[in-house]
Amino acid sequence: MGNPVLEVKNLKTSFLTEDDAIPAVDGVDFHINPGEVLGIVGESGCGKSVTSLSVMGLVPTPPGKIEGEILFKGENLASAPEKRMRQIRGNEIGMIFQEPMTSLNPVITIGDQLIESLRIHRKWSKKEAWKKAIEMLKLVGLPRAEELVKEYPHQLSGGMRQRVMIAMAMICDPKLLIADEPTTALDVTIQAQILDLMKRLNKETDTAIMMITHDLGVVAEMCERVVVMYAGKVVEEGDVKTIFQNPQHPYTIGLIKSVPDMREKVGRLYSIPGNVPKPGSIKTGCSFAPRCEHAGTRCISETPHLKTQEGSHQVRCWLYEEKGVNLHESDTAIG
Amino acid sequence: MSQTQPLVEVENLKMHFPIKGGVLGKKVGEVKAVDGVSFFIKKGETLGLVGESGCGKSTTGRMLLRLLEPTEGKIYFEGEDITKLSTNEMRKKRREMQMVFQDPFASLNPRHTVEKILEEPLIVHGVKDKAERKRRVKELLEVVGLSSWHAKRYPHQFSGGQRQRIGIARALAVNPKLIIADEPVSALDVSIQSQVLNLMQDLQKEFDLTYLFIAHDLGVVRHISDRVGVMYLGQIVELSDSEMLYDDPKHPYTQALLSAVPIPDVEHQKDRVILQGDVPSPSNPPAGCPFHTRCPAAMEHCGSVKPVLKEVDEGHYVACHLYE
Repeated sequence: MGNPVLEVKNLKTSFLTEDDAIPAVDGVDFHINPGEVLGIVGESGCGKSVTSLSVMGLVPTPPGKIEGEILFKGENLASAPEKRMRQIRGNEIGMIFQEPMTSLNPVITIGDQLIESLRIHRKWSKKEAWKKAIEMLKLVGLPRAEELVKEYPHQLSGGMRQRVMIAMAMICDPKLLIADEPTTALDVTIQAQILDLMKRLNKETDTAIMMITHDLGVVAEMCERVVVMYAGKVVEEGDVKTIFQNPQHPYTIGLIKSVPDMREKVGRLYSIPGNVPKPGSIKTGCSFAPRCEHAGTRCISETPHLKTQEGSHQVRCWLYEEKGVNLHESDTAIG
Repeated sequence: MSQTQPLVEVENLKMHFPIKGGVLGKKVGEVKAVDGVSFFIKKGETLGLVGESGCGKSTTGRMLLRLLEPTEGKIYFEGEDITKLSTNEMRKKRREMQMVFQDPFASLNPRHTVEKILEEPLIVHGVKDKAERKRRVKELLEVVGLSSWHAKRYPHQFSGGQRQRIGIARALAVNPKLIIADEPVSALDVSIQSQVLNLMQDLQKEFDLTYLFIAHDLGVVRHISDRVGVMYLGQIVELSDSEMLYDDPKHPYTQALLSAVPIPDVEHQKDRVILQGDVPSPSNPPAGCPFHTRCPAAMEHCGSVKPVLKEVDEGHYVACHLYE
């Protein structure tokens, strides 16, 4: 296994408002091993994107406030100066964002954008970098790479732009690639192309991927381990098989059941009642308690801890701490 | 079933948007957003329309309400050709057909209270009695799972799911027969999405509604639809009973589309068909079959002869030369 590439310990990212600090991420722990694909799932507002931005040091402080440790190859990024972060970003940690159009500069050619990080981080000559750029474009499966480097982002389609983004993120051979909803803006057939490409690059280059998504299908397809987040906290963590076949947290169970299955038709979908709480609105107790059908008095008064079930499976729920019941098996009639 | 008259029947519907260029703004080309679409919707059923962005599914939906004037083709609503109606007559006709939009943030006026938003269609369609309107607003809010005290609030005070409920309530206000739902759940989170889908199904049963459900999410479409049409580049390439379409897709595009969807199940094994390239531009669509440029099974004449929608099984229509 070796040491994890990234280890996040008790990360708290809060945003200061005039009278309060709103915790968007509230004590998150996870790690990514070399070459691994870790999925971070959750609905909007659960803090998954803020987690990734905190890792990259892209949360503006103030109004943001980051506490805890972010260890990248043993180095704490949470306390690293901006100068050091600049050396790491785009070099040792690559990023891909959701919307490829807004993350590419519309007035600079694809080639010039690609070579920028090589020129800055590696001090390569323009000629060498240019050659590498063409090579990268070929690696991500783009046709006529020699001409593409001279074109501008608006001349490409959404799927091609996302490939360029991936090429750009991977050009310096990063140890870790953070992909924040990389396929959400794309059509399914293009999504399939991009996921296929990311899987291939992960195998070929041994780059670890932190995959942030709301799509459980993408998680099942891509990831080896999964972290499920809800209201700024990790509610469940485990390998992908465990999460899908033996989910334990009522939220994870509900989430998986809410997705309409394309393979068979069910009469009525399961749905989790209510809405995601506003960050910081639940001060005591389990943040899922107001929507949970198993919630008891303890769930409202005390905050549950992330507890290891078996192996590396962790669940944040009082039900398991108290009785050790298996919700998934004992109560399949939740829906 | 086939003897009864369908609620909606569409014949060879086309929408060509002009491309204007030059100093004089002359027409220099056309975007063939919808290029000859025919289908029908039976009373009380849900027809799903799926396809990727730019395939013309939303344009089709808008033309049905004549929010866009079709370039060519006929739309029959209860046997009456509504493409011939005047603007005024059409406005009255929209009492029978309403729309639910994708973006619950953009489709509600932020300066109006929910009461005003829901009252508006009632005023337009001639409910003169104010007390009656207020009563109806309260009733609508309860029907869609909100409370009557929500009436005095503004859209920004609601979450995405609640706003979509308001959008549905507004469509229901005038007791329509047909509701065209254009990506009604795609802006919502999964746990909220299932709430809204369940609500739409309940309402359909309660008020005997007919839906045209436009979406890109194949799982959602299967869940809600009785029949499904698959669109590609302005044309319907396959149309069938939803069970049949998902269990035995015929058209190579449908097969690729279905295989491309990631399934939330780790045990699921599949042979994925990964399509090469992108959808061609609708301003310059390929000759022959629109899909032949990306089709893994393309034959020689696919590039020259345009396939027509043909019934290959009972109620299963495919536009592909492979089945001729």
